[in-house]
Amino acid sequence: MASDDIWILGIIMTKFGKHADKDVLDLAAEAAMGALADGGVTMKDMGVLAAGSLMNANASFGQQLQKQIGQTGIPVYNVANACATGATALRTAIMAVKAGECDMGLAVGVEKLSGAGLLSGGARSGDSDTYEPKGRQGAVVPLDGRIGTEIMPGVFAQIGMEYGHKYGGTSFELFARISEKNHSHSTLNPFAAYTKKMSLEQIMGDVMIAYPNTRPMCSANCDGAAAAVVVSDTKLKTLSLEQQRRALKVSASILTSDPYDEGCQVLPNVNTLTRNAAIQAYEQAGVSPDDLDLVELHDCFATAELVHYDNLMLCPEGGAVDFFESGATWRDGSTPVNVSGGLESKGHPIAATGIANIWEVATHLRGEAGDRQIEGAKVGLAHVIGLGSACGVHILEKAAV
Amino acid sequence: MSEQVPLVDYLVLGDAPHLEANECTACGARFFGRRNACASCSGTSFAKASIATEGEVKAFTIVAFAAPGVDVPFVAALVDCDGTSVGGNLVNVEPDPEHVHLGMKVQLVTTSVGTDSAGTEAIGFGFQPVD
Repeated sequence: MASDDIWILGIIMTKFGKHADKDVLDLAAEAAMGALADGGVTMKDMGVLAAGSLMNANASFGQQLQKQIGQTGIPVYNVANACATGATALRTAIMAVKAGECDMGLAVGVEKLSGAGLLSGGARSGDSDTYEPKGRQGAVVPLDGRIGTEIMPGVFAQIGMEYGHKYGGTSFELFARISEKNHSHSTLNPFAAYTKKMSLEQIMGDVMIAYPNTRPMCSANCDGAAAAVVVSDTKLKTLSLEQQRRALKVSASILTSDPYDEGCQVLPNVNTLTRNAAIQAYEQAGVSPDDLDLVELHDCFATAELVHYDNLMLCPEGGAVDFFESGATWRDGSTPVNVSGGLESKGHPIAATGIANIWEVATHLRGEAGDRQIEGAKVGLAHVIGLGSACGVHILEKAAV
Repeated sequence: MSEQVPLVDYLVLGDAPHLEANECTACGARFFGRRNACASCSGTSFAKASIATEGEVKAFTIVAFAAPGVDVPFVAALVDCDGTSVGGNLVNVEPDPEHVHLGMKVQLVTTSVGTDSAGTEAIGFGFQPVD
């Protein structure tokens, strides 16, 4: 009996890092064709394409990709949702299949960011000769550095510090130890941009970007792509047993934006929308945080990882510091978090991230994660945040076949 | 004496400098800057509300690396001014973790941002520790 479940049939990520000899289309094509091959299908089987490349958001990127790998005339959705772009592309394909418009869809995310510096607040125009109020706040000169900071390491530093002010227990060293964990995890991941173990002393002694985030505590700009093929339950049942065995059930696919909270337009509130997404995802999947064998969450900065332990309800409210201190989030802990190395070490090619973290979970559920395999993993959660804000949460389960 | 302009239009200069929010008359949500409607209740009526000039630091970062032209290091903070969150820099304090801490009491002060070609001075604001 067919259900309205949606499955991931094929999924892949390219190695993250420097790909000097490849452009965004090369990387996206590698991921898209890789995901199709992984699922044992072709472009001709796809009924929808959702594509994201944040640095190419006005370039009809999806159609450019079709012109390299297959112009089949299917609808293309070019999506942009900050760092949640990949998850949004995947969710777009899922919605199309769920709506019954087609029985298979392809989602692709790609970015080339090697060598990029600060991605916002990175270029301030000079002061004008004559002061004239401009914009919604009547500013007479640019405000970055004059009224707070616009750089992401600084914004997310404050988000971690705010948690510390509310619940206590945070310190520079605590945040650095979260980064130490992720850099340690990445040593087992051949797909990570950086695979070197870093000691606590190295992390704390590295270049300070925005206290308490030093450089290795920030997400790593790099090149990479990821893609996934989704399929309806009805269609999956017509495919081979091997395809059914390797398929992953999308038990929850949720996207939220930030609801109004006091102060949220002064310092972005990444907490409420994540908690809302998590609540909906657990409800939709019928699983609880205790059921999760692994979690890939959006550690765009070490300070962000801490607050998301709480937002995803992996720990009691206010208990994120104790939860981390218990060792729970190391790969041998009760809830391994970011065994891929996370954005801090695996890297963060923005639009690829929201599919790459789902690939990581999928690969463990398939038992194909090699040296970093979490043994016996059956259920996993992937989370992304795009500042502005968008939050994607997906829960995957191993096939029962 | 040369003319002065505020750095942003929600900074009110004069004898008692303070910040002024647009407060939704229906739900009380406060915003800095021009509004189309209220993000909390979608109401369209606003009144000016003076923001307390003393507050408590509930988050901060010490920015050491920024765009060219932005002087570093500086302390960016989120200040709880009697229930209203305000973003601003901490001033008149050493920008290091030994001198800046969560929960510290601060007060609003004005700062000189610069002078334009017509001799007009831009006045900004920051928060300094309360002794």
